[in-house]
Amino acid sequence: MILQVKNLVKSFDGFMAIAGVNFTVKKGELCAIIGPNGAGKTTLFNLITGHLSMDKGQIVFNDIDISRLNAHKVCRLGLGRSFQRINIFSRLTVFENIQAAVLTHRGKSFNFFTPVQPLFQEETHEILERVGLQEHQDEVSGSLAYGFQKQLELGIALAMEPKMLLLDEPTAGMSAQETRATIELIGEIVKEKGLTLLFTEHDMSVVFSISERIMVLHQGKLIASGPPDEVRANPEVQKVYMGESR
Amino acid sequence: MSRQNWVLIAVLVLLALVPLTGSRYYVFLLTDVLIFGLFAVSLNLLLGYTGLVSFGQAAYFGIGAYAYALLIKKAGLTFGVAFALTGLSGAAAALIIGFFCVRLTKIYFAMLTLAFSQIVWAIIFKWNSLTGGDTGIYGIDFPEFIGSKTKFYYFTLIVVVVSVFLLRRIVNSPFGRILTTIRDNPERTESIGINVKLFQLLAFIVSGFFSAISGGLFAIFNHSIFPDFCYWPISAEVLIMTLLGGMYSFFGPMVGAGVLLYLRLEVTSYTQYWPFILGSILVLLLFFFPGGIVGFFQDQIKKWRPSK
Repeated sequence: MILQVKNLVKSFDGFMAIAGVNFTVKKGELCAIIGPNGAGKTTLFNLITGHLSMDKGQIVFNDIDISRLNAHKVCRLGLGRSFQRINIFSRLTVFENIQAAVLTHRGKSFNFFTPVQPLFQEETHEILERVGLQEHQDEVSGSLAYGFQKQLELGIALAMEPKMLLLDEPTAGMSAQETRATIELIGEIVKEKGLTLLFTEHDMSVVFSISERIMVLHQGKLIASGPPDEVRANPEVQKVYMGESR
Repeated sequence: MSRQNWVLIAVLVLLALVPLTGSRYYVFLLTDVLIFGLFAVSLNLLLGYTGLVSFGQAAYFGIGAYAYALLIKKAGLTFGVAFALTGLSGAAAALIIGFFCVRLTKIYFAMLTLAFSQIVWAIIFKWNSLTGGDTGIYGIDFPEFIGSKTKFYYFTLIVVVVSVFLLRRIVNSPFGRILTTIRDNPERTESIGINVKLFQLLAFIVSGFFSAISGGLFAIFNHSIFPDFCYWPISAEVLIMTLLGGMYSFFGPMVGAGVLLYLRLEVTSYTQYWPFILGSILVLLLFFFPGGIVGFFQDQIKKWRPSK
């Protein structure tokens, strides 16, 4: 088990956002978490990565209890994260974005006097190439097209050489074509590097195309978990999704 | 060598030649500009590079000035020791104050820096027996080996060049790069494994160190010091210099200090409405030149030379 979440509880001003969630993820597994808007998916991610502190429960990653750790420590243990909103360093170039993450990962961030520009050129270029941004490396990242910014986000997460990736709606806001390309890219990278993947997604075709297991979150609770076909046939899941107009 | 370094060397040679013209006016003005230029560049490590708006930078400037004066006049230390401790006093104050400030963000951070600088001012103002209270401390002489206005100009030039060189190394280092990621996106920086508050605190300390150095220089330049060195208008003035010159360029604040001090000296000799003129400059700046003077010229150069 690479990730174990036990009896996780989080409430905001009396509203139960996460109401006792239990699940585990095996090493190398590709898992999706789905659920209607407001089900608590992003909150769940924020609890796992230490961006929010939990009320109750325990989270174990790679045999280390990360329940009370800050976000920067969790990340150093090898839990990479991308965000639903675009979350990049918008005044820096694409190259500098990736390089900053490589620097940190290699423990060079406390270096005060070496020129930064020549450091880790090769490592940075390798990642730029992997996420298909080598032609845009000198552009200011804030002025990139939306799809490229999402790829950059993924690149920043990969630069940390994570053992497990948590992607929060990696294709949110993308066209059908961009979505397909991004999902292919993620699938390739995950297989190539032997990563474990946990992601949330609203596009059902994406979810069913790459996940090995799907968990359904509804009102802060997991109501189903299993292979895609089994989850699709689950009457309770159908009820939750019928309620939504789509 | 890069084009920018050639330009810097040319500017440096020109600055070194200024006293040969025999103009006391320019030696006086440029000493002032160099001192405040260093102060503004050190503030910009927080503002432009780390994205922290400090409204209380005068605290470290004032602490530097008082530390130097007290160490020389009351403790009787030699110049070298006193001047070195001046920088460290600013760094120590920034460590203590910054420890609390980095716990808050945005406007709360800014207000807390202001609050602490007002506390520093109040302590200096009230502690008569040590600081001379409202009257300040008089008779801070040039140390013997730099005992003339010209010699002090060269001394200031050397101290400022070394300090600015170190600051430039820092902003171009991996540490400096991480500061810019914090400026752009603290949350994301946390998620690449950086202890954001620790880095903000370190930037605060470095900035406090160099602000105090500039305060120490100003104490010698001015021969006397007052509690007003720590008062909020000084914090505002150095902030205006930084914005005027351009906070997204390393030398912008230096240019801003030069333009503001020159204008003030010229304008106040014609009219008493300097604050009115300053206000008008600020309005124009904020509406039409958000990148400051240097930012504006950089944009123009980019327009005329689209490829490097």
